[in-house]
Amino acid sequence: MTELITNPLSLLVLLPAAAAAALLLVPPERTGALKYGALAATLLAFAVSLKLWTGFDPASAAMQFRLDLPWLPSYGINYSLGIDGISLLMIMLTAFLMPLSVLASFNYIKESRRAYYVCLLLLEAAMIGVFAALDLFVFYLFWEAMLIPMYFLIGIWGGPRRIYSALKFFIYTMAGSVLMLAAILWVASSHHAASGAWTFSIPALQAATFTARVQFWLFAAFALAFAVKVPLFPFHTWLPDAHVEAPTAGSVLLAGVLLKMGVYGYLRLAVPLFPQAAARFAPWLAALGVVGVIYGSLVAWSQRDMKKMVAYSSVAHLGIVMLGVMALEPAAVSGAVLQMVNHGLSTGALFLLVGVLYERRHTRLIEDYGGLAKVMPGFAAVFMIVTLSSVGLPGLNGFIGEALILFGSFRVYPWLAGAAVAGVVLGAVYMLGMYQQAVFGPVRHAENKALPDLSVREWLYLLPILVFIVLIGVWPNPFLKRALPASDAYIGLAHRQAAPPAADVKLSLGKEDAK
Amino acid sequence: MDANSYPLLKWILAAPLAGFLLNGFLGKRLLGEKAGGAAASAAILASFVLAAAAFAHLLSLPPEARLLRETLYSWISAGTFGVDAAFRFDPLSAVMALIVTGVSFLIHVYSTGYMHGDAGYNRYFAYLNLFVFFMLTLVLADNPLVMFVGWEGVGLCSYLLIGFWYEDPEKASAGKKAFITNRVGDAGFLVGLMLLSALLASKGVPGLDFASLEKGAPLLSGITILGIGAPTLIGLLLFFGATGKSAQFPLYVWLPDAMAGPTPVSALIHAATMVTAGVYMLARLHFLYELAPRALEVVLLTGAFTAFFAAVIGLLQRDIKKVLAYSTVSQLGYMFMAAGAGAFSASIFHLATHAFFKALLFLAAGSVIHGMSGEQDMFKMGGLRKELPFTFLLTAAGWLAIAGVPGLSGFYSKDLILEKVFEHGGPLVWGLGVLTAALTAFYTTRLFILTFLRERRSQTHAHESPLSMTLPMTALALLAVAGGFLLKDRLFVFLDPAHAAPEAPSPEAAKLMFISVAAGLAGIAAAFPLTLPKAANFLKNSMAQFHAFVFHKFYVDELYDLAVIRPLRAFSNRVLFHAVDAGLIDGLGVNGPAKASYAAGRLLARVQNGRLDLYALVFAIGVALMLYFVI
Repeated sequence: MTELITNPLSLLVLLPAAAAAALLLVPPERTGALKYGALAATLLAFAVSLKLWTGFDPASAAMQFRLDLPWLPSYGINYSLGIDGISLLMIMLTAFLMPLSVLASFNYIKESRRAYYVCLLLLEAAMIGVFAALDLFVFYLFWEAMLIPMYFLIGIWGGPRRIYSALKFFIYTMAGSVLMLAAILWVASSHHAASGAWTFSIPALQAATFTARVQFWLFAAFALAFAVKVPLFPFHTWLPDAHVEAPTAGSVLLAGVLLKMGVYGYLRLAVPLFPQAAARFAPWLAALGVVGVIYGSLVAWSQRDMKKMVAYSSVAHLGIVMLGVMALEPAAVSGAVLQMVNHGLSTGALFLLVGVLYERRHTRLIEDYGGLAKVMPGFAAVFMIVTLSSVGLPGLNGFIGEALILFGSFRVYPWLAGAAVAGVVLGAVYMLGMYQQAVFGPVRHAENKALPDLSVREWLYLLPILVFIVLIGVWPNPFLKRALPASDAYIGLAHRQAAPPAADVKLSLGKEDAK
Repeated sequence: MDANSYPLLKWILAAPLAGFLLNGFLGKRLLGEKAGGAAASAAILASFVLAAAAFAHLLSLPPEARLLRETLYSWISAGTFGVDAAFRFDPLSAVMALIVTGVSFLIHVYSTGYMHGDAGYNRYFAYLNLFVFFMLTLVLADNPLVMFVGWEGVGLCSYLLIGFWYEDPEKASAGKKAFITNRVGDAGFLVGLMLLSALLASKGVPGLDFASLEKGAPLLSGITILGIGAPTLIGLLLFFGATGKSAQFPLYVWLPDAMAGPTPVSALIHAATMVTAGVYMLARLHFLYELAPRALEVVLLTGAFTAFFAAVIGLLQRDIKKVLAYSTVSQLGYMFMAAGAGAFSASIFHLATHAFFKALLFLAAGSVIHGMSGEQDMFKMGGLRKELPFTFLLTAAGWLAIAGVPGLSGFYSKDLILEKVFEHGGPLVWGLGVLTAALTAFYTTRLFILTFLRERRSQTHAHESPLSMTLPMTALALLAVAGGFLLKDRLFVFLDPAHAAPEAPSPEAAKLMFISVAAGLAGIAAAFPLTLPKAANFLKNSMAQFHAFVFHKFYVDELYDLAVIRPLRAFSNRVLFHAVDAGLIDGLGVNGPAKASYAAGRLLARVQNGRLDLYALVFAIGVALMLYFVI
């Protein structure tokens, strides 16, 4: 049992949960201890995650940092953890965004601080648990556990319509997860029926085969649950409401991490478990992703609320990620994994920046600002870089992911990839439109004349993101290198009973003339 | 390591990047105005010197070995897709790098005077250095993806510099318009690259560097897509990108608005360097276009039409910078005509001479605007030769050069282009080119007359510019006068040693040259009487409607607004956001079931009303039904 603590992966799940328990012992009026306690815990967790990064063998596609403890042996349920390159990047992103989210909450959260930081820490434990779980049962537990703190974060510390939004978020995702639970039980029992042994182990189930009919229904159930989470058009309408009402840190984690769980679900479960069904659904899911790119961008264009605009931009960004994931092509899939990290960074930063403004003026309407470059030059510079990252300017992180997805998926779905390029244009339209209205022009409102520029604390939580925005743009290989073997393994699993292997995927676009 | 590895290339790029970081991070606090401007100019000078050294090294090599490369590291490597951060210095990039760094240096020096006292002085130089960095990345790139970094990077700097005085919403909007219009073109560029990379990968050519592309391009000629040959389709998609960056029809609309930026920026970015990126890209990928004669036809016609169309608009503009902006669009059209005729070296030749005389004309305009305290309306100028004698003389050099007066730089390059166009495009396109030459001579002469000759039409006081501004202009004026003559043969031998054997001038060519020179001179001669107020008013009144049509630039901006932007905006807002998102999905799909289940709950709640007799009745019916089904 000491493995629970000596295994860094397991430690990373336990540490935030233990810190949450410890915070409960702090008297609620000692706000300093609460804030800095939460910060210290998340920083410590980040330090532990660095151990994962350094100890990870990037060349291997195998699950690493394995932990297997029997839990309910009669049903083959184990507390089983382990990561490949995809989960590694997701866990690193989570551990990286947590301290920044805590820092961003210092002044924003003024009521029931203790409960708030406890929720944040429990959320971290559950999020890391989802990415680390190698047992379907454990996966489901963490998946559901994550909903509860997020529900409270929106419902208690959210904006005026927080109750509606929190409930919508909860029921929307709950509807998906109930389907997933039923599917998980079905998977396990049909495996039991076929082999006579109970198991919930994801690698074991990935090696098993299901009949085409079973695959169809099971894939549909998983796919629906994950589509809500991504969110894939037309299952996205919970997102803008949840984002608008959530406190800054809630939005950062919702966009930065929670949305990735949907895509992660496709990568880890839906496609590898049911490859035949996946092959049938993949073009449709890719198409829905591209619809999301264009639809999300166009709807983002008509938003007046900054958070709502960023929320719809997420629909567009995750749409292109789905295109990459469904292309089942190495460059596209590894690009999609990298783009998940990129989206977490740039959209996380955008929500932090909107939070900076909201703390000063208590409005998120774009038209309430204007001329910020004059009064907040530091803010304007950071906002510019993050905006450019979000629109995929070459040299910054967003471009690498986008280009890999587009170039890679073009070899499989030329028409879809070509259409997704429209997102490149539309992204600039709404993002630069917002930037111009908020930052350029004269200072239109007297209240904005004396806004203070970024404080030291604000710089502290924005600067690390900026560093990675530039770093990944200039030198993405350390990240790609870790994503590639896992992406190849995912493609291998997807092709194991279905279509021809990746090398034979021919460009279906042109036809050759007789020579 | 390659035999032709040349590790000094990165320093050509590093110098302006260092300048950007210096002015961007420390500028205002540490450097201040003087040191900031000096540091920025020194960075570009260093870059120029390094480029010249590389150029000298290149010349020392035999013609067939003239290629220097440097691979910094593997930039993106993801299984089926890999791109290096690599640079190349061959005759084409050498010419471009020298023009870019040389003209940039002169304009940096000019800017130290022009921007004196501006609150954003250091920010200005930071952006300007960043621009040179990206422009050199574009020029020196060894593969289209690194080129795309520069391609979009210069667009970013253009955006930042057009909207440099961001407090004016109109200027900020002009920057945004430039960025978005460019992105429309870039989408075509990107799809072209995606197609190219996918097709070559399917043929077993994984590399995307220019050498591999050149080797692999012939493999594409057998493939047809949508009934079009693959090289033609790729060429057209890439050319669409070029129409954005190089302001050709139909995406030229951003360039005239871009004049909102400081004038040295207009000279550097929107005349001499960035806007020529499309021409450079075509020359860089000439091996692809040579496989695609149909694509070249489109390039030729687009160039010819844009050249003529923009020259017509330039005839009537009142704003001195707007005249020059339309003139730039028109001259870029000439460069594309040359490329379309397959004469890529001629297009680079005109790119060079245009960089000299147009940068000069813009800087001269800047000097006039500076001297008139910001006035840009030519109808409020006149007679400035007395107060601005230097600027007057230098402008005269630029004016005669662009008008095609024999012996000056514009004459050589334009004449060569028209000759090639006659060979490849036929007399009709050639005729359009000659007509455009006449119009060019007319509107530049008009600019010169309205600004410097005759009497003053306003009370503004004017003063000559400082040496920091007139000296760089002098250097450009020398190049505008002598550059064509100096370059005309050397450039072609250098760029294309295989095909540069000097041809004996045919009597045909002499005839063509005579006609085009005559057209230019006629344009100059016509401008003198026609700009007299009486004549101008008479013409304006006798063709009032046509005049209004041209003066408003054929209402193209308004057309785009009405036909594209407004409908799309309304569709996004009314249909997608309100009807689909809020109405259909959320209203019917999400809140509908929620309301229905709420209503169902209310209904069922009514059943639980506590009346025991009712419960008993339901219970009895239930038992009865069960019995019925069981038995």
